[in-house]
Order: sequence, then structure tokens, then C-alpha cells
Amino acid sequence: MDIVECTDIKKTYHQGKVEIQALRGVNLSIARGGFMAIAGPSGSGKTTILNIIGGLDSMDAGHVVVDGNTLDEMNQSQLAQMRLNKIGFVFQAYNLIPVLSALENVEYIMLLQGVPTAQRRDLARSILNDVGLEGTYDRRPAELSGGQQQRVAVARAIVSNPSIVLADEPTANLDSKTGKGLLEMMKEMNEKKNVTFIFSTHDQMVMDYARRLVRLRDGLVVDDKVKEAQ
Amino acid sequence: MNFQIGWRNIWRNPKRTLVILSAVIIGVWSMIFLSAFMRGITDQMVRNGISTLTGHVQVHHKGYRDDPGIENSMTEPGVLETVFNNTLPPDTLWTSRVRVSAVASNARHSSGVTLLGADPAKEGKISFIGGAVTLGRFLKPDDPHGIVVGQALVEKFETKLGRKLVLMSQDTGREIASRAFRIVGIFRAEMEATEKQFVFVSLPAAQEMLKLKKGISEVSMILNSHQEANEVAAVLRDALPANDYEVQTWQEAMPMVTAILKMYDGFVFLWFFVVFIAMGFGIVNTTLMAVYERIREFGLLKALGMKPWWIVRQVLTESFYLLVLGMIIGTGLGALSVLALSGTGIDLSSVAAGAEFAGMSRMIYPVVESKDVVTANLVVFILGIIVSLYPAIKAARFTPIEAMAHN
Repeated sequence: MDIVECTDIKKTYHQGKVEIQALRGVNLSIARGGFMAIAGPSGSGKTTILNIIGGLDSMDAGHVVVDGNTLDEMNQSQLAQMRLNKIGFVFQAYNLIPVLSALENVEYIMLLQGVPTAQRRDLARSILNDVGLEGTYDRRPAELSGGQQQRVAVARAIVSNPSIVLADEPTANLDSKTGKGLLEMMKEMNEKKNVTFIFSTHDQMVMDYARRLVRLRDGLVVDDKVKEAQ
Repeated sequence: MNFQIGWRNIWRNPKRTLVILSAVIIGVWSMIFLSAFMRGITDQMVRNGISTLTGHVQVHHKGYRDDPGIENSMTEPGVLETVFNNTLPPDTLWTSRVRVSAVASNARHSSGVTLLGADPAKEGKISFIGGAVTLGRFLKPDDPHGIVVGQALVEKFETKLGRKLVLMSQDTGREIASRAFRIVGIFRAEMEATEKQFVFVSLPAAQEMLKLKKGISEVSMILNSHQEANEVAAVLRDALPANDYEVQTWQEAMPMVTAILKMYDGFVFLWFFVVFIAMGFGIVNTTLMAVYERIREFGLLKALGMKPWWIVRQVLTESFYLLVLGMIIGTGLGALSVLALSGTGIDLSSVAAGAEFAGMSRMIYPVVESKDVVTANLVVFILGIIVSLYPAIKAARFTPIEAMAHN
């Protein structure tokens, strides 16, 4: 069964008097457990589609269903609840909370979910170990390298067992070696925990790692390839 | 964890936090100190008023208040004594007085004064005069010709201890009564006007001079506390014949002081309001700056699924810390300042004339009242949280997309 179904999504931005058609009727179905990348040049609409799937942005027309939730029928509060429980985000700029340690950053999402303290601490430690960050629990983001920060962001995204992780250019600020390590780790999480990963990317390495590659151009899907099992 | 995050957030920019913390501290300190100073002034005014021959409760003949003449004297003090013995609380001190207007004169000067015929033993315990005689002595119980006068009157009359002073007044037969007294004591009072106004003779001497027999003008009493006055006055009003006697509390006897007390209360709250307005702008401004600096972070939190109310709560938690910390330090500093000055007092001698004109003492001893401390802190806390709502709501209203696009 598909975890994401996008039907004829349209989105236009207004910059002053200029209209920018970011999406012009995108149809996309994503299977549960997928590891896919949405690629395309700047302005092709890949971040917009990711934001719409994540309930961060609204669409002008079309229909999106995420893990059984019809987004266009949900209010802001319901969307926030869905993001909290079903979606993990990884951003290009890491976006960790600077006053919290690595462990606390991972814990924070579970705090919002109301997970008891001892349980969330154990889970956070365990997931940080899984992403190779044992021993860095108490370090604040400023004391971590870019790659480590992005690993913390991934740990934060997957700690609460979301259905989907949306990663917007996760390797853009990393060198190729660190980026490769991060992708290996995310792939492992995908296989181990059956979490669906959807990337938006320019990075060829991410495209190579993805099992499915969707290319967008001018707000339309121009190519959709599923690779054979490696 | 929310409190932990709030605490860490306020120290992201220590300089800014210290600036706003200073504003809260100075605000709370000034609220507490100024209210203690005002209370010190009013407390001293009330004490002076009460000890300057007013007492907590006074009893007069009906009509004396409007016309304090000899004809409105109480001719049967025995009736009063019986009532007092039956109704007053055990520790109450009271004394009878003759109190009439008179003219004092010597060879060089004459001046209008208030003649006080006092029972020396009782009067000394009730009014300021007990500890005010600085030269000579106070009266003896049946002193027929001794008189105690104020230092300012002595200077005005260019006289001294042992010299004669003639008092003239109207007796009960509406004739001019006069008597020569010898100055046996000189007193100092808090206010110069008191020294010029009152002259003390013994009660029998005054009664004899004015042909009052056993008659008296007033009874003044001192209770355990200011607050008992209304209750005791009510009891006396019930016990004494309303057609013959009138009972007044110190508030009624000193309407000006009572009005000033109310006015000072108003000043205190006005000051609280002014301080808070200045502080409130500081809080809003600083919190807004902190919110705009972290706008991307709020966007991230909303993207992660944080509901707007939680963001409001987080911003308010930070304001809570700033306010509570400022309140604790400000209250501590206020208490220390008051403590330091409550022993030595604040000396207003350099502006004594102006202070006396305003009814203030030369020395002000700040008095902290718990209600002022609680009010100052509540004003800062409640209004501080209310004004913090504006930046908090602003932070909560950004959409994740616009917040995270913010540089």
C-alpha cells in the first residue's frame, strides 16, 4: 500500500505581481518503506512538494494522502499533530536547537509527544548509538561537526518511529565522505526500521543511493525510475 | 525540560538579559523603597498626630468639636470614669484635660496659645510631653503656678526658665480669667508649630483659673494599636449618652492626616504604574528582539509538530524567569535598603521648613508593609506576563515555512 498519494497538485507563489507556478499538476505515489529521491534543478518544485507532503505548506489544487490522512481536509492543529507523530524532518541547515545537547535535541520531540522522561532518555541514547554518536550525548550543536549535527538531526527525525522522513537536501552542507556516511546510516535505518525516506536533492550521490528517482522540471514530473534491487 | 530550555534561552544573550533584569530589579526596588518611604512619612505623621495630644480616641462634650470653648466642657467626669472602667480594653491609657484657647503674654510679647490643663502623671504616658521636656521639669500633680512651654515660644517671648508668663482666657462665667505662672519646664517637639501652640499647666490650676470646678474639656486615650480605634469608639458611643458626649477616632480628629494617608496610597499606586509602564516597554522590546533572533528555531519547532500554544508557553517561561529573578533580587535590595535606613532614618533637616509645612517629620523612618511588597511583585509579575504575551503570540503565529526562510 502507498504511504503517500499525491494527485494533481498545483501550487503557485506570488512574489509581488509575479506569479511563480511551483507545481503544475504533480501526481506521485510512494510505497511504504521506500528510499526515494526527488531531484531537479533549482525552482523545479522539489522542496515545495516535500513541504506539501509534510503538511508545512498548502496546495492550491489537488489531493494529498499521507499514511491515511487527507491533508487538504486537515486544519493547522491536526497537521501539527500529524507532523509530530508521523513525519520526521531533516533539513539542509541541520536546524538543531542550540541550547540543547545532542541527547536533549533527540529527546525534545518525544517530550512534545508526552513520552515519560526515563523512556525518552533511553530511546534517545539508543538512537544516538545507532547513528554512531555514542559519547557525544552532552555536546551542544556548536561542539559537533556538520556531519555529527546532521546525524543528530536524523536521530531526532527517526526516534519517534515516524512513517516518513522528509530530508531536504540533507547532504548539501557536508563533504562527500561525511555525506556518504550519512546516507549509509539512513539506508540502514530504512532497512532496519522500515521508515520511508524521501529526499529532495541536487546531489548525485543521494540520487545514486535512492532506490527510486523522480525528476521534476518546471513543476512537473518528467522522469520516474525505480532501480533494480542492489 | 521546558523550564530548563527557558533558563538556557535567557542566557543566550547574557548582556541583553542583564539589561532587562536590571530594569526589573530597579523597578521592583524602587516600588518597594518608595512605598516604604511613603509609609514612613505617613506613619510618622500619624504617630506625631496621635502623640501631639490627639490620642487614638477622644471624648468631648457634645458640640465641642464645632465650638471648642469653655461652655462645651464636660462637668461630670465621674460618669465618664465609670463608663471607661466598664468598657475600655484593660491596657488602655486615658487622661482628662482642660483645653481652651488663651493668650499668653509677658512684658515684651503676647501670643495666642492653647492652654492645656493636664494630669501630669497620666499625660506623660499618653502624649509626646512625657519625653519632651528638655530643660527644667514637667508639672507636679497640683502645681498651682507652674507652666511648661515650648522652646520656640520661649525664643519668641525672649524669656527663660523661672520667668513669669501670664495666661488669659474666658472662664465659665464668660469673664476674663487670668493667672500668672512661672516657667518650670521647656519642651521640644517634632514640629516648631507645636512648641509655639501648646502651654501646659496642671489640671487643678486650669480648673481653678477657669472656674471649671471638676470640669474637663476632653478625654484622650491610647489603645494597643491604631486599628482598635474604630471598635473602641463604637463601644463608647453606645455606652455614653449621645446628647451629652461625642466620641472621635484619630481619623476623625485629624481629617487632614487621614486625607493625606489616602493621597499617599494613591501616589504609591501611581508610582507603581509609572514604573511598570517603563519596565513593560523594556520587557516587550527585549522579548521581541529575542523572538526575532530565534524565528528560524520557532519555525523548526512548528515543523516538528509543536503547537502554537506550546511556543507561547516557551516564550512566557523565559519571561517568567526574568521577572521572578528580577523580583527576588529587587525585593531583596529593597528590603536591605529599608533595613539600612530604618535604624538611622532619612534626615530631612535640610528641608525641615518645607517638610513641616507638608506635615512631615524631620526624620523619616521607612516602613515596609507586606501588602506593598506583595502588590509591587504582583504588579510586575502579572503585568509582565501580560505584556510578554504580545511577542509570545507573535512567535506562535509565524508559519514554519516563513519562519524557516527567515535569515
